[in-house]
Amino acid sequence: MSQFPSDSILVLADVTPLGELSSSVAAVIGEASTIGTPVLVVVAQPGLAERLSEAAGAAGAPHVLLYEQESTALTTPVLEALVDATERVNPGAVLISHSIEGKDVAGRFAARTGNALAVDVVAVGRDDEGVFAHHSVYGGSYEVDSAVTFGTPVITQRQGASERRAAPTRAEVHMLDVPVSTGPQTTIEAFEPAEATSSRPELRGASKVVAGGRGLGSAENFRLVEQLADALGAAVGASRAAVDAGYIGASHQVGQTGVSVSPQLYVAMGISGAIQHRAGMQTAKTIVAINKDADAPIFEVADFGVVGDVFTIVPQLISALEARDK
Amino acid sequence: MKILVLVKEVPDTYGDRTLNLTTGLAQRDASDKVLDEIGERAIEAAVSFAETHPQTEVVVLSVGPESVPTSLRKGLAMGADRAVHVLDDRMRGADLTLTAEVLAASAHKVGFDLIVTGDLSTDGVGGVIPAMLAELLGLPHLTNLTELTIGESSVRGVRDSDTGVMQISAPLPAIASITDRLPDPRFPSFKGIVAAKKKPCETLTLDDLGVDVSAEKPRSIIISLSEKPARGAGVTIVDDGQAGQSIADFLVENRLV
Repeated sequence: MSQFPSDSILVLADVTPLGELSSSVAAVIGEASTIGTPVLVVVAQPGLAERLSEAAGAAGAPHVLLYEQESTALTTPVLEALVDATERVNPGAVLISHSIEGKDVAGRFAARTGNALAVDVVAVGRDDEGVFAHHSVYGGSYEVDSAVTFGTPVITQRQGASERRAAPTRAEVHMLDVPVSTGPQTTIEAFEPAEATSSRPELRGASKVVAGGRGLGSAENFRLVEQLADALGAAVGASRAAVDAGYIGASHQVGQTGVSVSPQLYVAMGISGAIQHRAGMQTAKTIVAINKDADAPIFEVADFGVVGDVFTIVPQLISALEARDK
Repeated sequence: MKILVLVKEVPDTYGDRTLNLTTGLAQRDASDKVLDEIGERAIEAAVSFAETHPQTEVVVLSVGPESVPTSLRKGLAMGADRAVHVLDDRMRGADLTLTAEVLAASAHKVGFDLIVTGDLSTDGVGGVIPAMLAELLGLPHLTNLTELTIGESSVRGVRDSDTGVMQISAPLPAIASITDRLPDPRFPSFKGIVAAKKKPCETLTLDDLGVDVSAEKPRSIIISLSEKPARGAGVTIVDDGQAGQSIADFLVENRLV
């Protein structure tokens, strides 16, 4: 007698500290909508119901389970809410963003409920045997489909990898309480939101990224990367070399040990393209590279490469883009 | 204080990494095998704590094939006190669920006050094992740490989250996963390498751990696999003074602006 559709797919929403749905949510709902009816689980501080349900509907979720809570515990309230939601909805799969918070919830949830996990998935699908997950591994060198032998698959979806979106709808909201968690917990003692320096998009999940490397030469020169990013409405990324040299903060590092991105456009400025860097960006749809070294490995993956000086080419590119806007 | 450090042997990322297209398993002999760098950092965090806290035992543990003791020796040479190798053919192709189960059983057998591990390996890059272990062992988790401070009865750290930076803490026992923002690992000294030869390296099987691989549990399996054609290089031009304009034209043609 469940009040939820029999083809329900549970989607866990990442919520920002300001109590908004994270930009990654729409893509997860979009993927979920291809294999069933998305039911969105939102855990947020009280008093945001109206705004959140509107946002959930706009992102294409017809059903929302809204859990209000004010706890300072790390992960546990979200985990308890998701376990509770699973019991209520009995979903065919659980989709979670492959974000830092999402990974922790997914790992604990799979272990708690005894279900198998498919992680860092770029798309989901359904065949005669049920739900399967599509992965892109070793920096995009291999494509792998996986499925679970039985049970409810727990799937984490790579941010920025999917362009699928569900049609906007009106969300029906169920207000619920987070079940109390027993057992030891990690406490969040203090939180400092990432500096909102500009209106630039977040690197994780951005549809366009402009990244700079050691070729920029100094923190001052790195401004050029930011200028091009702003001209394109792109997020700012960097190679490890640029981060280690102090041109920009570590949160901008793209690569194996930084953020993995799969944008529609990736512009690499003065980046040689070490394999560790390429592993974090070569699934980008279109790659443009500018480097003065014609032998730089980045050209092996670039759709459009320019051998030359970033300090003359990029200003010209920016004015060409600006001229176009007029 | 007993610190258990979990490490992994991975294909060296400086070489090409390949999957066997028939079995779907990592082609382990196709590339050099190394101790994952993030694991070395985890060992460093434990060993540097032990240097200032003499009553500390550091155990380094890894699950993997016959080559793993070489990686574990490096951990011992860096200063860990003993090593544990979980070696069992039935682990071949293990999914995350089985891996977490075996790690949890190993940790339980070895004993610990704190588990320290990397946030994610360079080959699997799932990054979910620390949270899975936390749940299986009933521990609080402190993940994605850029700073780690070990106390007598608690552990605290600075965690990079999706939207900002948080200070977090938890009572021991606990599990912490660290990022490459932690201090660089030391190079083993000659003395350390010699000493490592005398340190114990114990081997455990799944039977020792009481893990039943054939148990009816949901498993994740590969249903299809293909090698993607290497990303073909596109057009590369040499700047003739108009390259900036050319890029703009390229972006317009491809509807990227």
